[in-house]
Amino acid sequence: MTVGKDVSALFPDVVNCMQTDNLELKKLVYLYLMNYAKSQPDMAIMAVNTFVKDCEDPNPLIRALAVRTMGCIRVDKITEYLCEPLRKCLKDEDPYVRKTAAVCVAKLHDINAQLVEDQGFLDTLKDLISDSNPMVVANAVAALSEIAESHPSSNLLDLNPQSINKLLTALNECTEWGQIFILDCLANYTPKDDREAQSICERVTPRLSHANSAVVLSAVKVLMKFMEMLSKDLDYYGTLLKKLAPPLVTLLSAEPELQYVALRNINLIVQKRPEILKHEMKVFFVKYNDPIYVKLEKLDIMIRLASQANIAQVLAELKEYATEVDVDFVRKAVRAIGRCAIKVEQSAERCVSTLLDLIQTKVNYVVQEAIVVIKDIFRKYPNKYESVIATLCENLDSLDEPEARAAMIWIVGEYAERIDNADELLESFLEGFHDESTQVQLQLLTGIVKLFLKKPTETQELVQQVLSLATQDSDNPDLRDRGYIYWRLLSTDPVAAKEVVLAEKPLISEETDLIEPTLLDELICYIGTLASVYHKPPSAFVEGGRGVVHKSLPPRTASSESAESPETAPAGAPPGEQPDVIPAQGDLLGDLLNLDLGPPVSGPPLTTSSVQMGAVDLLGGGLDSLMGDEPEGIGGTNFVAPPTAAVPASLGAPISSGLSDLFDLTSGVGTLSGSYVAPKAVWLPAMKAKGLEISGTFTRQVGSISMDLQLTNKALQVMTDFAIQFNRNSFGLAPAAPLQVHAPLSPNQTVEISLPLSTVGSVMKMEPLNNLQVAVKNNIDVFYFSTLYPLHILFVEDGKMDRQMFLATWKDIPNENEAQFQIRDCPLNAEAASSKLQSSNIFTVAKRNVEGQDMLYQSLKLTNGIWVLAELRIQPGNPSCTLSLKCRAPEVSQHVYQAYETILKN
Amino acid sequence: MIGGLFIYNHKGEVLISRVYRDDIGRNAVDAFRVNVIHARQQVRSPVTNIARTSFFHVKRSNIWLAAVTKQNVNAAMVFEFLYKMCDVMAAYFGKISEENIKNNFVLIYELLDEILDFGYPQNSETGALKTFITQQGIKSQTKEEQSQITSQVTGQIGWRREGIKYRRNELFLDVLESVNLLMSPQGQVLSAHVSGRVVMKSYLSGMPECKFGMNDKIVIEKQGKGTADETSKSGKQSIAIDDCTFHQCVRLSKFDSERSISFIPPDGEFELMRYRTTKDIILPFRVIPLVREVGRTKLEVKVVIKSNFKPSLLAQKIEVRIPTPLNTSGVQVICMKGKAKYKASENAIVWKIKRMAGMKESQISAEIELLPTNDKKKWARPPISMNFEVPFAPSGLKVRYLKVFEPKLNYSDHDVIKWVQVPLPLPPHISVSSLLLCCLPFAPAPESRSGPSTLQVGLVE
Repeated sequence: MTVGKDVSALFPDVVNCMQTDNLELKKLVYLYLMNYAKSQPDMAIMAVNTFVKDCEDPNPLIRALAVRTMGCIRVDKITEYLCEPLRKCLKDEDPYVRKTAAVCVAKLHDINAQLVEDQGFLDTLKDLISDSNPMVVANAVAALSEIAESHPSSNLLDLNPQSINKLLTALNECTEWGQIFILDCLANYTPKDDREAQSICERVTPRLSHANSAVVLSAVKVLMKFMEMLSKDLDYYGTLLKKLAPPLVTLLSAEPELQYVALRNINLIVQKRPEILKHEMKVFFVKYNDPIYVKLEKLDIMIRLASQANIAQVLAELKEYATEVDVDFVRKAVRAIGRCAIKVEQSAERCVSTLLDLIQTKVNYVVQEAIVVIKDIFRKYPNKYESVIATLCENLDSLDEPEARAAMIWIVGEYAERIDNADELLESFLEGFHDESTQVQLQLLTGIVKLFLKKPTETQELVQQVLSLATQDSDNPDLRDRGYIYWRLLSTDPVAAKEVVLAEKPLISEETDLIEPTLLDELICYIGTLASVYHKPPSAFVEGGRGVVHKSLPPRTASSESAESPETAPAGAPPGEQPDVIPAQGDLLGDLLNLDLGPPVSGPPLTTSSVQMGAVDLLGGGLDSLMGDEPEGIGGTNFVAPPTAAVPASLGAPISSGLSDLFDLTSGVGTLSGSYVAPKAVWLPAMKAKGLEISGTFTRQVGSISMDLQLTNKALQVMTDFAIQFNRNSFGLAPAAPLQVHAPLSPNQTVEISLPLSTVGSVMKMEPLNNLQVAVKNNIDVFYFSTLYPLHILFVEDGKMDRQMFLATWKDIPNENEAQFQIRDCPLNAEAASSKLQSSNIFTVAKRNVEGQDMLYQSLKLTNGIWVLAELRIQPGNPSCTLSLKCRAPEVSQHVYQAYETILKN
Repeated sequence: MIGGLFIYNHKGEVLISRVYRDDIGRNAVDAFRVNVIHARQQVRSPVTNIARTSFFHVKRSNIWLAAVTKQNVNAAMVFEFLYKMCDVMAAYFGKISEENIKNNFVLIYELLDEILDFGYPQNSETGALKTFITQQGIKSQTKEEQSQITSQVTGQIGWRREGIKYRRNELFLDVLESVNLLMSPQGQVLSAHVSGRVVMKSYLSGMPECKFGMNDKIVIEKQGKGTADETSKSGKQSIAIDDCTFHQCVRLSKFDSERSISFIPPDGEFELMRYRTTKDIILPFRVIPLVREVGRTKLEVKVVIKSNFKPSLLAQKIEVRIPTPLNTSGVQVICMKGKAKYKASENAIVWKIKRMAGMKESQISAEIELLPTNDKKKWARPPISMNFEVPFAPSGLKVRYLKVFEPKLNYSDHDVIKWVQVPLPLPPHISVSSLLLCCLPFAPAPESRSGPSTLQVGLVE
């Protein structure tokens, strides 16, 4: 306005003009004061008199103008004089003055919070909520909400059914902006029961037809939040879901900036309640004239909504997008095709062929992006699409982005045995090793090690080269460490190395970039606001104390738990009385409970990207076997680790779950070994085996399984030349060392042998699953017997899932795979059960108390990588407990249950 | 809440700067200029976070409006406010241009002071604002006038002032629809939807209560329950509305419960409602594009339009816009009807036909000469679009009634002259027309591109 010139020198002259009757001039003088009072605080005092006078002017417009301007002058000395006029204006007869004064309280609070409290303005402001004029109510609500934000503890906005009713009445009458203030304020209220929630929802739904998108989004926020409290069986719940979709779709015909805000929010809503928009795929198709930010967001939502029903359409669209102009958009489209392949299995074939078509276009960034996603497709559907590798290899030279190079190297390493010139390909990458990014270097290291393990003869030189490059010539600690681990593995025990490096990979998740459930719930409370646009909690971008109040969805009152068990807490318990959900980690488990009974959700929230998972897994595996190696040294049979000696006592504090489990085992439940060991049973009676009696049991100690055998010679002749062999079995159990009976076994002599077992033998599904057929040979004959091994010997030490993973996996496994069992006569409390199970590598991921029952959420992993998730419900005083198991391979459930029973009862 | 509001010209010079909150420093103005206006790449988001300060911007011609905040504000509200701000400015001084802003900066500051208090949007209805913020200086107001102003600004009906008087009470209603259509090369409709707007111009005295009725399926079915007879008659006539939104003057709770649209209209022009339909859309025209590549530097385009309505009806002001590639050097056009011209500045052939009866056909053929180019920049392939006026609404929407009732002045419904621009069984002297815009895919529709996309391919290489 002043063209950047400082005109503060004119202050006295301007103040002299203040007492004019010309309203326009007065406004300009006031504007001048607002801008310069701060630089001339002493002179500003001169203006006070006029302000006070203007506050008593007969013209309400001038009164309001004066009180509005005074609040904007941030000079301490003036604020003192502001109090009296403000008090009068708050009770002014004219609503225009009152609504201005209401905002002025917020201004004053910003300057001097203490003063506002001392002068009792907050109470006056609260009274204004009952004002007859809707606009005064709206401004008072806005001011109070803001003040309350900086005092999270104070109960300023004392929302109760009466005041809510007033707000809802005002909602129908005030301006569009006022409606937004009121709706945003309503969203902070927690109704006392589902009935109240429903009645508020009913009165808020008409707002969904408002022309102002912000009103619509704020109404959606209130509904999404309160819906949480409604029981899903209610008719109203379904009606509400149906009512939400059309307004959300209509938002997409607003101006592009608003579309963007709407789409960011829809992204959250689709993750929280996919059922709302599942039939609306078409509206998210990109229009040719959409701005790029709208296009990218639409694409994101399309992937989330993709399902078997609409995949053909989606794929046709995506293919078209991949030929668009904008590079980012094209990349995202290509990546989306890959995501569809992984998400909808039926479409994988078409997706892969589409990707191959795109690779043929030879457009550099399209090819690179396609290769990155094809790598993921390989992970998801192993041994299905490897025929395309040849096509991929043709484009090796054009790859210049780290991610694409890393993906290509991964593919070459993983399928080294099928690519004739894999060594040449990898070698070509190796030339510029130091110029590569870390991602590529790590991948190259792993790739070459894989290649070496698959084709050891020709590639020894190559592997040595890469190991020395990684360990000696690199400054990157990650790379060096990984290099050392490989080196050590390879030099001590190539078999173990093979087992670690070429281990079967865990499944990759179907969904990417899903927002973590707690954060998602929080963001749902912030629909419409900046937080929902950034997909970050306010604390991430707001400075200071403002707006960092942690919001969460209201607990479901007529909750799903109560649907299960008849004796529930009365519907409508206030939130304080809700069963306490693990405070530290937020309400992940609360969610879990809601989730597992909820309708089938198309996409589970998950998790780390596949590359990361691979890396973690690799290191975890490596570390375990290294630990096992240590005491035994170079002996070669590294799997028979004497349990106690294995762990240096000095390593007291548990570091990671994997490590601490090792310590738990040794300091464990009194036995030397971790897992429960059944007493030896006779497997082969003497009469059946010409005098040789074999009894035995299975143990698991510090990561290794062994078969403890007791051989008794009941014959009259000496026995020698013992050997043992297993038939193929379900988990690939095989002797890791020959059966060593050092001296000949003379008559009536007994010898105890511990036979180390590995799980890398050949696999054949047995019936029952845990059946093991064994052949023992001695100088007399060959004897056959079969035995059942307890499944818990297969539970590995790193079977602890992290909570999120657990949650996601639980959701991901279909409900048909759930099996429920009763364990009777097991009078243990939760702690005891948990520690008992832990020593057998069943890990408690989380614990929760619901209506007096202890719920333990546990995970375990079998040696072949199958995860089993369990929910153990223990009722104090009741000797039987309930076990629910979820696993992708449901046939193991029965045996896991038996293992549970055995462990808990012994 | 909104911490400040800046208006920049295309160079990034600040035209208007109003700071409402202390947490917005002076450097915020420059931060936006440097990071957004002068940014090298295209703008990737309308919301930018720079050093924990969030900037919301919209652009009107070459003017940037930016709202700044450091808090977690309601983002949708900020954008709605910025649009509103543009509307208000346009209502006061017309087009938003650098010159107009410079000429009216006192007015703009005055407006900003009024409609945004401490960052909270206040009543921003132009009707109300114009009563006490004027461009001609303040008239001295009597006490009654003053209190009338304040009660209007804060009142329930903030969009209309009392005491409006017209000698002739008139009412104009326009139904504007735009049809979005996606067709396969075989001419099969893949998806179609109509987004419509009901725009009203009211010149009515006093505080009139209006009631608007259309052939909404839900309402008709509800009423039809009594007389089964009527349902069968009007059953086909009704349309299923997917969703609609209303101007703030419409009583939403009444719509929710009774599905009746009742309101006290603002004075002058406003958009009463927007709606969206997807079912049973009548397509007034069919457009059949044919594209043939003749070598690398020549394209032949033929477009046929067929009118698809009763021969007795007449479509008017038809305008077909056929986009041409960016490297077009010349175009020869032959058309049987109307006039066609290649407009190089718009990269399109514009074909205009004044009148066309139903069930007729017309075509245009064009030869497009292309410059040989190895420019890698792709052409975004915009669709063919078409504008025309027809005497019916493609969605099938009909106005059933529009009642006006003024309790105080007591002029009756019959005294109001109503001009409704969509056929309805009300007064006979109505000019009948409806503007609608039909977008047809030239290329970017799925499965619809075998013809058009050859056009594309020929150009890129």
